[in-house]
Amino acid sequence: MSSAPLTSADVARLASLARIELTPQELEQFAPQLDVILESVTSVAELAGADVEPTSHALPLTNVFRADEVRPSFTAAQALAGAPAAEDNRFSVPRILDEEA
Amino acid sequence: MSEILTATAAELARRIATGEQSAEEVTRAHLDRIEAVDPKVNAFLAVDSERALATARQVDAKRSAGEELGPLAGVPIAVKDLLCYQGLPTTAGSRMLEGWVPPYNATVVDRLIAADMVILGKTNLDEFAMGSSTETSAYGPSRNPWDLDRIPGGSGGGSSAAVASFEAPLAIGTDTGGSIRQPASVTGTVGVKPTYGGSSRYGIIAMASSLDQPGPCARTTEDAALLHAVIAGHDPMDATSIQAPVPPVVEAARSGDVAGMKIGIVREFAGDGYAPGVEQRFQESLTLLENAGAELVEVSCPHFVHALATYYLIMPAEVSSNLARYDAMRYGLRVGDDGERSTEEVMRLTRGRGFGSEVKRRIIIGTHALSSGYYDAYYGSAQKVRTLIRQDFDQAFTSVDVLVSPSTPTTAFRIGERIDDPMSMYRADLCTIPANLAGNAAGSFPAGLAPEDGLPVGLQVMAPPMADDRIYRVGAALERAQASAWGAPFTSQIPFLEA
Amino acid sequence: MDVMDFEDVLAAYEPVMGLEVHVELNTVSKMFCGCSTAFGAEPNTQVCPICLGLPGSLPVINGKAVESAIRIGLALNCQIASWCRMARKNYFYPDMPKDYQISQYDEPIAFDGYLDVEVDGETFRVDVERAHMEEDTGKSLHVGGATGRIQGADYSLLDYNRAGVPLIEIVTRPITGAGEKAPQVARAYVAALREILRGLDVSDVRMEQGSLRCDANVSLMPRGAAVFGTRTETKNVNSLRSVEGAVRYEMCRQGAVLSEGGTVRQETRHWNEAEGFTTPGRSKETAEDYRYFPEPDLVPIAPDAAWVEELRATLPEPPAERLARVTKEWGFTDLEMRDVLGAGAIGVIDQTVAAGATPQAARKWWLGELVRRANEAGVELAEVGMTPAQVAELQRLVEGGTINDKLARQVIDGVLAGEGDPEQVVATRGLSVVSDEGALSAAVEAAIAANPGVADKVRAGKVQAAGALIGAVMKEMKGQADAARVRELVLEKLS
Repeated sequence: MSSAPLTSADVARLASLARIELTPQELEQFAPQLDVILESVTSVAELAGADVEPTSHALPLTNVFRADEVRPSFTAAQALAGAPAAEDNRFSVPRILDEEA
Repeated sequence: MSEILTATAAELARRIATGEQSAEEVTRAHLDRIEAVDPKVNAFLAVDSERALATARQVDAKRSAGEELGPLAGVPIAVKDLLCYQGLPTTAGSRMLEGWVPPYNATVVDRLIAADMVILGKTNLDEFAMGSSTETSAYGPSRNPWDLDRIPGGSGGGSSAAVASFEAPLAIGTDTGGSIRQPASVTGTVGVKPTYGGSSRYGIIAMASSLDQPGPCARTTEDAALLHAVIAGHDPMDATSIQAPVPPVVEAARSGDVAGMKIGIVREFAGDGYAPGVEQRFQESLTLLENAGAELVEVSCPHFVHALATYYLIMPAEVSSNLARYDAMRYGLRVGDDGERSTEEVMRLTRGRGFGSEVKRRIIIGTHALSSGYYDAYYGSAQKVRTLIRQDFDQAFTSVDVLVSPSTPTTAFRIGERIDDPMSMYRADLCTIPANLAGNAAGSFPAGLAPEDGLPVGLQVMAPPMADDRIYRVGAALERAQASAWGAPFTSQIPFLEA
Repeated sequence: MDVMDFEDVLAAYEPVMGLEVHVELNTVSKMFCGCSTAFGAEPNTQVCPICLGLPGSLPVINGKAVESAIRIGLALNCQIASWCRMARKNYFYPDMPKDYQISQYDEPIAFDGYLDVEVDGETFRVDVERAHMEEDTGKSLHVGGATGRIQGADYSLLDYNRAGVPLIEIVTRPITGAGEKAPQVARAYVAALREILRGLDVSDVRMEQGSLRCDANVSLMPRGAAVFGTRTETKNVNSLRSVEGAVRYEMCRQGAVLSEGGTVRQETRHWNEAEGFTTPGRSKETAEDYRYFPEPDLVPIAPDAAWVEELRATLPEPPAERLARVTKEWGFTDLEMRDVLGAGAIGVIDQTVAAGATPQAARKWWLGELVRRANEAGVELAEVGMTPAQVAELQRLVEGGTINDKLARQVIDGVLAGEGDPEQVVATRGLSVVSDEGALSAAVEAAIAANPGVADKVRAGKVQAAGALIGAVMKEMKGQADAARVRELVLEKLS
């Protein structure tokens, strides 16, 4: 597979999908860097035939389950100890524009 | 004083257990050493003097009371700042988590505590373990005690630098693509990545979940094995943890018998791009092992040359998802929350400012690799090549017991030399990545110094899953052969950095 | 908003529905950690490193949730995957602690099933495409602004107690051919599904508490057309009545849009329960890119045939078979049976009988008492607050003479008020009939003395006059006497 070069518009779109604000300088800098990286990795697309099973895990394990048992939870104070902002034992976050997915 | 610092962990444990030396004295010596040389080395992000001394005193009290002590009780250890340890900030080397104090312990940390080991503090690393030099750390690079202008490797450069500069006899590292082995190689220390699933990932800040694995850093093979035995073994909190006994690593490290062992030399890891001194020391190590009774066999693993490309698709994909949680909502940095900006804007700003360039590059690559329309070509294909790499290992291990290669193609490079060229940085992990992709055990052992620059070279040993003991057997054999060939163990060559 | 007359919609268009039901399982702990799933706890007190998504934490699958998922799949006549994986669904949202949801993507645990539902004596087969496992999100509270809703709020507060509660999402294939009965089929499907889930005892299935939530996809295609129209997805449809109402409303709204030459916008819509209409939400025209990939923190789930068969053996009787059986076994008249069916009381009566009561006694309490109380409380019969086992216990107390029917009603009051099982209520309220012969005898003599005229009539053989004396005694005993015994005593003393 030969991929089209990654433009700074592509990088901007991906950064937006990844919720990262990039400065104009970063956009300029990243596009060629990422392009080089992508160019070097596209070789893998042609390597494996359709008959090769993908490996998501090197482990031979299946069916690893825990028993349905309650274990101690945090107190609200412990849960919120690292919160940037909290109110009424809840995490406080800025107003949300997007609707739930 | 310096005698305590250069002693092995095994020796320190023996002295503490017999009362010959107190754990408190041993701990104090290391804390003093950190205070003296860490301004130069920058191995530590946090030092926990009070708790370390308190723990040491408890060990001494236990000994006085006649309680039985574990094999490393009272021995100081440094922990990579990627593992959660209550009461001390865990930053992952990032601004994103600056000041965050985890409310729980990693399983590995719990096991160190249960073994009565003395945690000195947290060590520096590349941001979120992404790098081969510690230069991407938000808190400045660590330095290689062999040459302070050079990198101590990465991502676990803080741990390797701490061990190599005698700030700690032992350290915990984590290895996703070589982050234990490459730092060990360039600092002349021992580092082992256990079999994937051999030691618990619970409480270790994730980089790439299917590749990450914590392991020991030490100056000798036996010390590494003793630490391996303390931290490894099944953990019900990690669903990818293997339910089987820990391989007999300590026995193997004490035996060092390689007579009749078949050692496979990976043909693909040589030639262009390998420094002459690396090649030379690698060949010398092979000769030493052969003289010790091992049989050398050249093997081909044709897909290993694609491991780097495969890794740079799988790893960023998992990174892009694992690092999504740093979103300014529940913990860590929050930027730009002025009461006007929305959650979406605050997330973007925080992630833009809180992450460094390398982390952002990998998240963007990973987002691309997983996005619809590209998944099959990128992530899907990479998972298939991963299968081919596993098959190469399986095939090789039908005829040999272990595989060997240089740990990294060059000796320690200079700080700043590769930071603006991601691809050249990535090449540092060329030889170490296959073992992560296939889940094998692998370790790096000192192979001597490269004649051209006098810097350490490492020999990588790779073993089949859950045959971690074979790595230690080879490492110990090499260590002994070196001592008799050179008249002194390699560790005697490690420079004792002056304050 | 313009709506078209329902009949006119049907004349021109064929409705197509797809129903997505999310069921919260009733496991005691969460999907991937040991935090409690109990409803109504103080905010952020049922959270831990795992369900808060703290750095370094890892999920481990709750085995009971997998069992429940397989049992649900089997009860819906699904195939069970012999090997499947969890997958990460990546999107940023503050109620999701990891900013990805652990779900299933192209490898659901159960697939290709169906559920037959009956509407006005006609059976519709609803094809079930898949049932998969996932985790619930936290809950947001929107502060400021006029409405307390997300729009116009100043900021939001998050409680992650619900985050990580196991969910099963059950998705139908497009339902076509229901025509005018489409809204009723949708309702009947959700009702039947709920009945099955309740029978499996895998969920509380309380729509009002959100443990069963339905999203209704609706589109219209012109009669005779082969291609489905653009659909909308109506969320927050949280009662059976609303399922029917939302489908009907969307049909009429879309009919109006299409007949005026407009196009239906692909979007989510929100059901306004009080007013009975839907309002537009987020556009779904540009598909979200969720970047699914296999969850690397978890290993595959591979239920072997033996395990699946073991779980199949635990399935309750399918509703249709149960109806045939109880019709034969209970011996109710057609009229009685119709009432029982109308009240949706087959299940509870069956369970009460299984707990030891006779069918007639079970019917008497459920239809005579509990249906009315459920209606008064506005809840389903099964959620009235008294279990079949408690009803059977109540009946045992009556038959054993500890209480009479009148006292039994007070016992029901007590059980519904949360005072415990019938025996406890009897004990704490002191409701048992007086079986102290001495006290009873004294009360009878007092009544005779107070009513000499009546006593004489009884002595003279007018036995029916005894009723007045019995009434006086029962009044004196505040109803807590066995009326039959009182009658015996009265007649004995006046013979």
